[in-house]
Amino acid sequence: MIAEAGLAALWFAAALAALQLAMAALGLWRGQAEPVAAVRPIAIVQGGLAAVAMAALIALFLASDMSVRLVVENSHAAKPWLYKFAGAWGNHEGSMLLWVTILGLAGGAVAILERRLPERTLIATLGAQAGIALGFYAFLLFASNPFARVSPAPANGLGLNPLLQDPGLAFHPPTLYIGYVGISVAFSFAVGALVTRDVGPAFARAMRPWVLGAWIFLTLGITAGSYWAYYELGWGGWWFWDPVENASLMPWLAATALLHSVTVLATRDGLRAWTVMLAVVAFSMSMIGTFLVRSGILTSVHAFAVDPERGAFILALLAIYIGGALALFAARIGTVRAGTTFSLVSREGGLVVNNLLLSVILGIVLIGTLYPLVAAGFGVQLSVGPPFFNKAAGPIALALVVAMAVGPLLRWRRDDAGALLDRLIWPIAAAGFTGAALVVLAPPGVLPLFGLSLAAGLAVASVLPLVGRNLRRTPLFTWGMVVAHLGIAVSLAGMACDSAYTSETLVAAAVGQPVRVGPYVVKLDGIKPVVGQNWSALEARLSASRDGETMVLRPQSRYFSDPVTTTSESAIATEWDGQLYTVLGQADGQGRWQLRLWWKPFVTLIWFGGVLIALGGALSLVGRWRRERRIAAREAYA
Amino acid sequence: MKAKHQRLTLALLGVAAVVAAALLAMSALKDQASFFYAPADVQRQGLPLGRAVRLGGMVQAGSIRRAPDGVTVHFVVGDGIATTPVTFAGITPDLFRERSGVVAEGQFNRDGSFTATNLLAKHDEKYMPPELAGKMHETKTLEP
Repeated sequence: MIAEAGLAALWFAAALAALQLAMAALGLWRGQAEPVAAVRPIAIVQGGLAAVAMAALIALFLASDMSVRLVVENSHAAKPWLYKFAGAWGNHEGSMLLWVTILGLAGGAVAILERRLPERTLIATLGAQAGIALGFYAFLLFASNPFARVSPAPANGLGLNPLLQDPGLAFHPPTLYIGYVGISVAFSFAVGALVTRDVGPAFARAMRPWVLGAWIFLTLGITAGSYWAYYELGWGGWWFWDPVENASLMPWLAATALLHSVTVLATRDGLRAWTVMLAVVAFSMSMIGTFLVRSGILTSVHAFAVDPERGAFILALLAIYIGGALALFAARIGTVRAGTTFSLVSREGGLVVNNLLLSVILGIVLIGTLYPLVAAGFGVQLSVGPPFFNKAAGPIALALVVAMAVGPLLRWRRDDAGALLDRLIWPIAAAGFTGAALVVLAPPGVLPLFGLSLAAGLAVASVLPLVGRNLRRTPLFTWGMVVAHLGIAVSLAGMACDSAYTSETLVAAAVGQPVRVGPYVVKLDGIKPVVGQNWSALEARLSASRDGETMVLRPQSRYFSDPVTTTSESAIATEWDGQLYTVLGQADGQGRWQLRLWWKPFVTLIWFGGVLIALGGALSLVGRWRRERRIAAREAYA
Repeated sequence: MKAKHQRLTLALLGVAAVVAAALLAMSALKDQASFFYAPADVQRQGLPLGRAVRLGGMVQAGSIRRAPDGVTVHFVVGDGIATTPVTFAGITPDLFRERSGVVAEGQFNRDGSFTATNLLAKHDEKYMPPELAGKMHETKTLEP
């Protein structure tokens, strides 16, 4: 019953999306009032219905209803409830339903919250939202129905991929999807503004919170995904330049560029065409991301099902949306008047440099990600890995860090290069001192050396905008910028430390044999079997001592029966100055056990920086929102 | 600067940046893309020395030997036509076993053997690497 109700809700939501699109088009073409008035309520109800469908799917998973095919293929009655709940989107159909649900809810939120945008532009925006949603509803209903039944119902399900049986599953996909979808809202605003020829500061201010919100969630989603991969895979790495990782990084890069250019548009009415273009690009990246991950053309834990028909469907959607957006852009951009101009040495100039460098990095990541797919089309099989990305994108990322240190110290409109250099004395001193100290004390490689020096410089430069200001009266969005840039410095320092100073040991250790890694001496005390709710495991007891203090770590090798899989659960000890990372391997048949140990100094800074970046975004969002409300109140008063 | 000129400058800068990125990426790709080989390809095309590549095939029955240090493993990968000996130091994936598909990342040595830095084992039928599926299929059609 629940499955049928969910399917019905999905059909109704799709019908409403079609209606929403038709009403918006009718209202805009004919200028009639009734269809326009209908668009907002329809958008709200459509979002509600999508949420009902998602709730129905979650209910089916929680109840382990084995008459539903999706539950049979991806769940098991003996699974802990959290993984039944999150398992609802730990598969192809469910994750697409989550995508469209978030899209519907976001459309509803725009309809409820947006008050300052001209009515026509808003209607066009909601129409564009409905157009996007319609494609995904069609995809779900015709190619990936999550509510299909099986008959006869089997006694139990096949279970969820054990790598996904982790609390990360409850958090990582929804945050990333909120980010992707938030970008689609920004894109809809851009389409709305193009349709009504209304590209200006008002549009930028309406779009900005959505870009910021999407960017915050993308940042959190990427940070969470990175840490999840780090502890779950047991490879000691935190970023593998895997295509699915790139699929989340590319929209983030585009959103970061958009976030900065939309500020120029909102504050100074410059970069009009470029901002609209970036909105189109950012959305295209999130669509390409969805395509890469969901079409099954990649082999990974993210690629749930390999089904060429679905890949073709998503590819068609991708072509329609990106092609349509570019066509609209080309047709209408001539009517967007040029904005105000600025001197190249100015805040605007700095932001243009930021945008250029981000675009270049985006281009490199895109080429590296798509190249193997294109090559495969020509019958050549190859893979593009970390050496390419580090070599091509690393230097540009460091240049971007320099721009990030300089940019916030520039004044709007026009600035003086000499005065700028005066302001940069402390950051340059910090970078130089750090670099010199490192070369003397513990010389790292070239890239990490630059990374650490620039991180120090950036950290100093990013707090300079606060110097000499009354901190209590400093606007929250300025705090947001400071915290976010500081977060980049922190994260960069973590990455550089990890790549320069990690020590690794791989041994087959007998019980009681001491093994050195970094500042630790690790001893294998013994191995014993342990049992969990749906797994059994061999667990090692390791005692790690450093400076006379000893702690115990328990890495496991876990065995799951549904489906039959073994996974290694790493054990990680977090200290203030880094992490000790331990993995248990196999027995060698002579009483020894393989152990892989890493000491990773300050590696935690990577994710701590990521959280700071997102926090900076949140501060900005709250700051902008409060200012908008104050302006709205003043307008109402006047 | 006039608005029109500024627009043009920005557009040119943008184009220049993208072209530079593309050139940089293409040159790096030439060195860094790691190609996929099956043992038969090596027989046909010669050894790709001095670059990171992937080697895929089946772990031959009875070929897995563990070295006395307990962490190094020697095995032979074959595709039905040719075979390549592989050395790997590390924790082998859980599904690494004889008569099962494997993709090794690493470099060829002068003597035709392969030193792997990473092993990807076939997860189950669902997770067969597509490169491998393609190669195995190709090999089958080559058989008389």
